[in-house]
Amino acid sequence: MDTGKQRASSSTDDSEKRFNVILAGSGLLIVLLLLAIFATLLVTALPAIRQFGVFFFIGRVWDATTETFGALPFLAGTLLTSFLALLISIPFSIAISIFLGEYFRTGAVSTFLRSAVEVLAGIPSVIYGLWGLFFLMPAVRFIEMKLGVAPHGVGILTSSLILAIMIIPFSASIGREVITLVPGDLKEAAYSLGATRFEVIRNIVIPYARSGIIAGILLALGRAIGETMAVTMLIGNSNFLPTSIFSPANTMASVIANEFAEATGVTAASLIYVALVLFLVTMVVNVIGTYVIQRISIEASREAS
Amino acid sequence: MTGNHIGRRLAKDALFKGVVCLLAFLSLLPLFLILYYITMKGISVINWDFLFSLPRPIGESGGGVVNAIVGTLMLIVLSSVISVPCGIAAGIYLSENKAGKLSNTIRLCVIVLQGTPSIVIGIIAYLWIVAPLRTFSALSGGVALSIMMLPVIIKTTEETLKLIPYHLKEASLALGVPYYRTILKVILPSGISGILTGILLSVARITGETAPLLFTAFGNQFMNVNIFKPIDSLPYRIFYYAMSPYPEWHSFAWGASFILVVLALALNLIARGISVKWKIQF
Amino acid sequence: MSGIFPRALSLMVAFFALVCAAAEAPALDMELLGAGATFPQPLYSKMFDAYNQQYKVKINYQGIGSGGGINQLVKKTVDFGGTDAFMTAKELQAAGAPVLHIPTCLGAVVVTYNLPGNPKLNFTPDAVAGIFLGKITKWNDPKIASANPGVKLPDLPVSAVHRADGSGTTYIFSEYLTKVSREWKEKIGTGKSLNWPASQIGQKGNPGVAGYVKQTPGAVGYVELLYAIQNRMPYGSIKNRAGKFIEPTLKSVSAAANVRIPDDTNVSLTDTEAAAGYPISGFTWLIFYKEQNYGGKAKDRAEALAKLLLWMVGDGQRYVEPLEYAPLSKEAAAKANRLVRSITYNGTPLVK
Repeated sequence: MDTGKQRASSSTDDSEKRFNVILAGSGLLIVLLLLAIFATLLVTALPAIRQFGVFFFIGRVWDATTETFGALPFLAGTLLTSFLALLISIPFSIAISIFLGEYFRTGAVSTFLRSAVEVLAGIPSVIYGLWGLFFLMPAVRFIEMKLGVAPHGVGILTSSLILAIMIIPFSASIGREVITLVPGDLKEAAYSLGATRFEVIRNIVIPYARSGIIAGILLALGRAIGETMAVTMLIGNSNFLPTSIFSPANTMASVIANEFAEATGVTAASLIYVALVLFLVTMVVNVIGTYVIQRISIEASREAS
Repeated sequence: MTGNHIGRRLAKDALFKGVVCLLAFLSLLPLFLILYYITMKGISVINWDFLFSLPRPIGESGGGVVNAIVGTLMLIVLSSVISVPCGIAAGIYLSENKAGKLSNTIRLCVIVLQGTPSIVIGIIAYLWIVAPLRTFSALSGGVALSIMMLPVIIKTTEETLKLIPYHLKEASLALGVPYYRTILKVILPSGISGILTGILLSVARITGETAPLLFTAFGNQFMNVNIFKPIDSLPYRIFYYAMSPYPEWHSFAWGASFILVVLALALNLIARGISVKWKIQF
Repeated sequence: MSGIFPRALSLMVAFFALVCAAAEAPALDMELLGAGATFPQPLYSKMFDAYNQQYKVKINYQGIGSGGGINQLVKKTVDFGGTDAFMTAKELQAAGAPVLHIPTCLGAVVVTYNLPGNPKLNFTPDAVAGIFLGKITKWNDPKIASANPGVKLPDLPVSAVHRADGSGTTYIFSEYLTKVSREWKEKIGTGKSLNWPASQIGQKGNPGVAGYVKQTPGAVGYVELLYAIQNRMPYGSIKNRAGKFIEPTLKSVSAAANVRIPDDTNVSLTDTEAAAGYPISGFTWLIFYKEQNYGGKAKDRAEALAKLLLWMVGDGQRYVEPLEYAPLSKEAAAKANRLVRSITYNGTPLVK
């Protein structure tokens, strides 16, 4: 269908063209921006890529004095904290999704919980870190002392806990949306066969919404992987492979935050290499998650019509 | 037999509901704890001095965070000026060109940009602006934040404009209004509430960002309104004070957090209010 | 075209023009930018505050660690850097142009800890090395207890914390340990960023280390003396080369500084021979380029820097002692003064 870009008189024609060029240009700018980001990271990381190659990811030693850099400790730190955070947060976010999507779709309670979750999502990362310093750290320290482990208070566990709290809203809101998209007649059919609420949720709703819930979890994972401030404040800043859940560690994001200001030469290139990897990993996770959700919404609107 | 069976199923049903409700409200526990801490410890610190004076030297008591407050406001203005025009224009383009290679590429790029970690954007801003200009500056911080604002603005603009019925544009074009005028004077104003909401939401998002500012805005104990010089900001102050050993600075961190949370909440509320009150119904 | 678009555009242009005008307007207050060591930062923040009140020049100094200070000076993003570690040959080469160091004061790196009752402890060099090598894991270890008869040491695990960022404080501390412990010399060595033993916590800046130790029972870290004093944290007396346990004070640090100072002021004070000297003392320097015309720097800015530096080794020294740092000796101040007078702009000395 013609969007209205018709041939008009020549004077407005030029301003038309100019306008369209501006619009398309702004759009193109976004693409160029992203390409420029990727190119910059790649080019500045090149010295490190050339020196370490793919072995960067299995190298365990990150030593500025001997200039040997291996990113395995940070990969491990990122993966451990993110997946642990996911594990801790999944029961809660699914509970919220079911609560808001099934039991309390409307009403005061629903609005209250929904707003509360939104507020949770809006709290800046550094404030989570601040709270974690004065609340989580003593709590974890108490647990560590009871267990006889070194009472650092910081480390993988503490940062996973704060990450879990931070990512609950993301998977919760997406989960809620896909649960509301479950067609009513499917549920009606089950109810008419005598199923209880629980059985409907378990056997109809969740399987139907499964891919959406997983996509929501993926997006939450993407957020957890890239999270910097709260993690930097609570992870203990150790450039070694973590040996236990109580070990201090570093994630890809936190090592960059710690060491970039003073990094030169190969050190800087290695840090940017880490940033490049971080960029690519979050990109893949986010794109997959978003596309799954988009496909689900398209399917749902197709079914509804 | 059947009685028992149904009883068990009903029990499971009730148990499940109980567990779901419990977990849902339990997940709010950290939120309440955080808000409680911020309010209790933050409010007691807020006074005229805190809001309007500069920080004192290390170890001396007293002082405030006025430079951080002004810095945050400046960064918000700076990044909005950079990102809003570009974001709205790109959003218009996407809503007008639903299909097409460029549109789909742009949409993909928006998704990737939105998910890019803030620390990576901070590095980019350092490499693009701080290094060539040979100085840390508010400008570099503003650029980093504007990159983070773009995806939200583009998406909300596109979504808002897509909702506007086609007959509005049709009528305007039928009256002979040129295309660009139709967009600027008919379509955009109709969607202004949604667009403004998107801008406010993206501002609320970047107000609390610290990572992009670590190597760009750099921090400044003095007041600064010059965009080519380093500038302080509330999140940076919170980070700096939180990691210090001084108890007074810890309370300052809570006070600054209080200001930040109030600011972010206010932005969200205003955004919500705008989307309700100014919404043009079709 | 009329409408929102051009109106918004002209508003934006006007705004930018205003902002640029504000940028170009002759700064009522000259602003200098510095970055680096957190070791002297409490002193600098006091000195810069006093300088600002007296001369209306703003000095924005951010404590990002000595490594950060050196790096940003080399990248020319700051006017001067602060470091407790003299630049290495490699760093000086990377700078491209000659860089001058002037000492501003002396400080002590103390071993601070968090134990119930805040006992005053003595540490032998072996004990310090053992703690930070990760070999001493409990506070009631004989290596610590033997130097502290009469102190009941708890059965707490030792939680050692080091600097996560490139730190001059680390440099001074590790230089000392390299001199007194062969195992340290072999395993870790001297430097601003070290390959610390695994499972140790890292924190950013002197404040970060102090903050962590203050909160964690059984923690031990190394910080500049003032941080421990300001936070009422206990710190240990260290056995020096003469065999006495020396408490870090202004006097014992000054005693350690009684050495010949070369013209470029590159001197190490650790493991001092002085009988009453504290063995982990060090200078801290401000670094800047000798030739100030680079990157389009204006002459008045370079002059402001030179004036500041002269003041810091001259009048400004009166702020040093109240904050428990040791002031420069006459000889050190004279050498620093001479170095500042050799700063040039386009080849001609800035300060007459």
